[in-house]
Amino acid sequence: MIIINDRDQIDWHEGMTVQDLLAVMGYSYALITVTVDDELVPEHDYAHYQIPAGARVTVFHLAHGG
Amino acid sequence: MDIFARNVPGTTAILQRKTVAVAGCGGLGSNAAVALARAGIGQLILIDGDTVSADNLNRQHFFLDDIGQPKVDALAAHLHRIRPDLALSLWRRHIGPSDIADLHPADLLLEAFDRAEAKRWLIETWCEAFPERWVIAASGLAGIGRTEAITVRRSGRIIMCGDFASDMTGGLCAPRVAMVAAMQANLAVECLLGKP
Repeated sequence: MIIINDRDQIDWHEGMTVQDLLAVMGYSYALITVTVDDELVPEHDYAHYQIPAGARVTVFHLAHGG
Repeated sequence: MDIFARNVPGTTAILQRKTVAVAGCGGLGSNAAVALARAGIGQLILIDGDTVSADNLNRQHFFLDDIGQPKVDALAAHLHRIRPDLALSLWRRHIGPSDIADLHPADLLLEAFDRAEAKRWLIETWCEAFPERWVIAASGLAGIGRTEAITVRRSGRIIMCGDFASDMTGGLCAPRVAMVAAMQANLAVECLLGKP
């Protein structure tokens, strides 16, 4: 099990990558920033970065405007 | 003349040794920079390649006679009217990922870009270059009202505030933009004082 945004719980499996998780959650790649256990995962690592069991994942939705 | 006589005791001497990079000097950045200057930050790096236009004046800290001026120059002049001692580094250009290493003097980055894609590379590049330093970002500040929807989220050295949903295509209005800018400045001061 991993926890998303201190709220949602998602089933974990061995080798699960950030890209896998985002697919399950239905997030758009272009407009988010992701951390795993408070460590930033850059977009170019999404397909390779393996999420450990019990991880806390934070997905920040980035909205236009500044 | 001591403009910090009413500051929170014990903070001014610490903050005057700190440098904050303000990436984007629009609605978020111009208002946050004013708050940071008044708070006593020692140095600001102001980054923006735009000039002031009339449609900026509904929410950004500029004035009619600033129109046509580079934003960083106009903002620098306003900040120096508050704090002549404030050290400023002015970057009158749009930046890209290859520029981030040059921000090494900054203790903290205040993300104040318009476009979500730009927010993303800025946060990612900063965290890769300076993983021990804070970045205070904003997401979702458009529209009117819905004050209760604005919140703060934290993960490691990333702190982000806003409603994480409203998009500038729905229009930008001074109170909500300035509120999020002030939250960013407040969070920056908190982090720089070691009290996040």
